[in-house]
Amino acid sequence: MLEVRELRKEFQPLSGQPVVALGSVSFRVESGQFVSIVGPSGCGKSTLLQCIAGLSRPSAGRVLLHGREVTGPPEGLILLFQEYNKSLMAWRSVLRNVRFGLENRAGMSRGEMDAEARRYLELVGLKGFEAHYPWELSGGMQQRVAIARALVRRPEVMLMDEPFGSLDALTRIELEDALLRLWESLRATILFVTHDIEEAVYLSDRVYVLSCRPALVIEEIEVKLERPRHQLTTREDPRFIQARRHVFELISKEMAKA
Amino acid sequence: MARLPGKGLAVLLGCLVLWEVLARQSGALALYFPPASQVLATLAAIVGNGELLGHIAASLWRFAQGYALAAALAVSAGLCFGLWRPLYVLFEPLIELLRPMPSPATIPIAILFLGIGDRMKVAVTVYACFWPILLNTIDGVRAIDPVLMNTAATFRLGPWERFRKVVLPAASPQIVTGLRVSLAIALILVTTSEMVVSNDGLGFYILDRQRSFQIPEMYAAIVALAMIGYGLNRLFLTLDGWAMAWYKGLTRKEEIL
Amino acid sequence: MSRLRESRWSGFGFLLLLLLLWEAAGRYGWIHKLFFPPATKILASFFQIVASGEVLGHVGVSLWRAGLGYGLAALVAITLGVLMGYWRVAYESLEVVVELLRAVPPPAIIPVAIVFLGIGDQMKVFIILFSCAFPILVNTMDGVRSVDPVLVRTARTFGLGQGALLWKVVLPAASPFIMTGLRIAVAIALILVVISEMVGATSGIGYFILDSQRSFRIPQMYAGMLVLALLGYTLNRGFLLADARLMAWHKGLTARQR
Repeated sequence: MLEVRELRKEFQPLSGQPVVALGSVSFRVESGQFVSIVGPSGCGKSTLLQCIAGLSRPSAGRVLLHGREVTGPPEGLILLFQEYNKSLMAWRSVLRNVRFGLENRAGMSRGEMDAEARRYLELVGLKGFEAHYPWELSGGMQQRVAIARALVRRPEVMLMDEPFGSLDALTRIELEDALLRLWESLRATILFVTHDIEEAVYLSDRVYVLSCRPALVIEEIEVKLERPRHQLTTREDPRFIQARRHVFELISKEMAKA
Repeated sequence: MARLPGKGLAVLLGCLVLWEVLARQSGALALYFPPASQVLATLAAIVGNGELLGHIAASLWRFAQGYALAAALAVSAGLCFGLWRPLYVLFEPLIELLRPMPSPATIPIAILFLGIGDRMKVAVTVYACFWPILLNTIDGVRAIDPVLMNTAATFRLGPWERFRKVVLPAASPQIVTGLRVSLAIALILVTTSEMVVSNDGLGFYILDRQRSFQIPEMYAAIVALAMIGYGLNRLFLTLDGWAMAWYKGLTRKEEIL
Repeated sequence: MSRLRESRWSGFGFLLLLLLLWEAAGRYGWIHKLFFPPATKILASFFQIVASGEVLGHVGVSLWRAGLGYGLAALVAITLGVLMGYWRVAYESLEVVVELLRAVPPPAIIPVAIVFLGIGDQMKVFIILFSCAFPILVNTMDGVRSVDPVLVRTARTFGLGQGALLWKVVLPAASPFIMTGLRIAVAIALILVVISEMVGATSGIGYFILDSQRSFRIPQMYAGMLVLALLGYTLNRGFLLADARLMAWHKGLTARQR
């Protein structure tokens, strides 16, 4: 239902040759899947998500959502940014931040929107923090507010740009599992970008390994592990370890080239 | 400001007492520098008999007009320039050329075109207050984090909604800074224009009392002016504290971290 | 002011267009026959008053007054600022008096100064001193207060005495803030010298402009304003250059932090 076809993105710096961030990226995501994209730092993962989200115009190639080309931010798709703290509105309370996700929808009264917002805040485990301001919360909690804000719109597709990258290990584990639970109950399609190989394998149905600039999909790896996943047992499963090694080797080779 | 400035008040009191004693000792000094008690008594008198009130009203009216007009024009212009870079680039050399000229220099030209009445004084005030508000507004808009704008885009906000819900709130701390700075500037220009040419207003009154050597009245009016300036500032801070509570919390948190 | 150089040609083109409009408006009396002379006439007057040395004398006088007031203000305010910033006792004792004096709009002090000092240079220097002192003081205080205590403690462990500490550690560390105050004060000095010359003087650029208006030498009035604008621009530029040279370390530091 989401297709990326030979996506190419070039940037023209102030002087010199154009920088090719994305060479030719192609892949497909089926409805309801959890797909990860891993690659070395700076290889264009964020750029890829920006193009898919319709925030950036590709230099060549197309993004198709339900067969229709994406030329601007499409309905039913939300991008969650890496700098979540900058994406939340400091002048709004947590509740109003989440409500923001519904505000440009017709047909809902303020009371209804607030009720929905509260529901999703509870879902992400932030019940009781509605009146707080984002800057009063920890990084992990802020990330959850951003997630709730996206979820409240019940998007078909969620693009997540290294959402847990700047969090400590324990918070990350907590949020990984929270995300999986949410995904399973809401059955959205998630495209998850990360530099953490273990996280990618743990969370996903499929992992796409991206090369360095110009970015290409080096390989698509299917993760045939049962769900629900468990932090301990899944990570000790030999198939997990094998998949992890495979991805690691691919990326190491890529990084050695740079 | 819950903490009482004990030492500060003590020092102030000490200065006032010293002033009082010195002034009473020397009759000559009292002529140029009447003791605080006399100044305050005079202030009460000229306010009480209505003498000063007309001048205060005149100055405040000019101040209000000049400040409000400058704010409306400068914030609007600043938002436009901040949001549309090509527009800003077009006007930038003009802005950079006019900016460093000291605002009082516009008084003679204003007199030329607008006479010596209220319009001239308001115009001069508007000109002077325009620049800090404009530049702060432009900076405020420019400084909005691109992530925030991208967030608005991914949530598919229309341009007006984005302006109302993202641009304005995000730029508001900087806009408020500009408005605060202009508060003092407005008062200065009103006072100055009244001193250069006027027949009413606090600026005129103060200078006029000096010229007719009514020294206690002169000081009394200066105290009144200072109090007005202080009062306006406090009012602004109160409104600011209420509207920008979120910003205060945000920046305080960053300090602690 | 370096922004001026970065402006693209459209801006300068626009400026040129405005000048041409001015020329036409002046020549054909679109705005006012007498009060709005064409740009060329103003430029002619400008060159005349500069070449004849007439205006340079006034500018010199103004600069002398402003410079003296500014220099004295810097001396007094920085000293006081360091004291109040470094010693809590000093701050608490003096803050009320300082805040009260600061609340008085500088022009209101002019009549007081006239009472004590007449309408000569002394009065003007005093006014400029009074007005410039406060921004320098406040910024110096802020700067000193923001010096990292770790820095101070480090210096102490190296056995630095109080005097050396202030001179070698606190002052340099606070210097970016002090420079900000000094920069603001340059504009203020210029404004106040003009104000004081308009209220009571027989020389100086402020007097020159007002006198030209009163005696209806209109092109000369505009020319005087042009001189003043150029003066303001030059002083600002000069300060920025000095600032860049002296504060190079700070510019590098903040650039890195961004």
